[in-house]
Amino acid sequence: MNQVNPAYPLLQTQNLTKTFGNITALYNVNIIVPPGRIIGLLGPNGSGKTTLIKLVSGLLTPSDGQIWINGIAPGPKTKTLVSYLPDKLYFDSWMKVRDCVALFADFYTDFDRSKATDMLTALGVDLKQSFRSLSKGTQEKVQLALVMSRQALLYLLDEPIGGVDPASRDYILETIIRNYNEQGTVIISTHLIYDIERVLDDVIFLMNGMIERVSSVDEIRYQTNKSVDEVFREVFRC
Amino acid sequence: MNWLFTTDRPIYVQIVELIQRMILSGFYPMGSSIPSVRVLALEAGVNPNTMQKALAELENMGLLHTMRSSGRVVTTDQWLIMQLRDGIVNNYVENYFSGMLSLGFDRNAAIEQFWTKANGDAVFDSDLDATTETDFADSDRTEEPTEV
Repeated sequence: MNQVNPAYPLLQTQNLTKTFGNITALYNVNIIVPPGRIIGLLGPNGSGKTTLIKLVSGLLTPSDGQIWINGIAPGPKTKTLVSYLPDKLYFDSWMKVRDCVALFADFYTDFDRSKATDMLTALGVDLKQSFRSLSKGTQEKVQLALVMSRQALLYLLDEPIGGVDPASRDYILETIIRNYNEQGTVIISTHLIYDIERVLDDVIFLMNGMIERVSSVDEIRYQTNKSVDEVFREVFRC
Repeated sequence: MNWLFTTDRPIYVQIVELIQRMILSGFYPMGSSIPSVRVLALEAGVNPNTMQKALAELENMGLLHTMRSSGRVVTTDQWLIMQLRDGIVNNYVENYFSGMLSLGFDRNAAIEQFWTKANGDAVFDSDLDATTETDFADSDRTEEPTEV
């Protein structure tokens, strides 16, 4: 099991900027994330949520600025600290669900196979079925179950509940709560704030690639007497 | 237990009120131990940090105590529970009066309405006593215009 080094924040970015050609996807992002939190990364389409998550997971390199995961820059070492759920499906079409499980078991030493199979069973997924034959929502559930079955320090979940039905959504949120530990932090990017608000400690609002606000959910409710969902709709009104 | 939250106030504040109500109603009796943070968080579908914050607040209020052996237990301080219950009763009563005031009933008229309605209900339950009381209330009401 990975141990947090208490000398460093779990995640820190400094002046983090990412450009694609002449498009600036992220500009000057500074965040400090402590361990033991569940954080919502919120913003409209194209605000930079996925770019930020990909930078932290090491799939993209910054154009400017820096990132540290518990004091370490993204690289081979941080792959064992970070469990990442992409917004895309990435298993090959020949694979059966049990092959996906085996792949994770091979790849990650912190993978808890029995936890994964328990979750998949609870979600009604048949391990013998081929991944391709599953519905899109079920494919997403499989990927999330695998990602959440690792004992990582930082979970990066890019739109984990977008494609799944409300009942499974509840189960997934329950899984995130059940999985909570003081060392690990979960960052969830989503549009479905209303569904997820109760499980969040803090929210990060991204607007046009910049931080609009970082706040605890309680603080937003105290100051505005409104839910985060309502505040979001006001801030990002089209 | 139904954990329903409104959107206008912090969730932990609402949890404090709900658990307080569970204690006052005897759902968690005095001296009994309550489930762990983790279990309660799952039950309520909230973040464990939020549940922790709510329980800490209830400890500050003196309604819960942390015991080394048995986790968190409900206070055995009857006086405290009576005081809290009394405070909530006061709120209900004040809510009633302010609601009635918004309809144009002053305090005395509101009290009179209360008795009329309460006794009106009683007609369906028991016959004789209630009927006489309703009659009494009705005669009371007819007198009012002559006073004004």
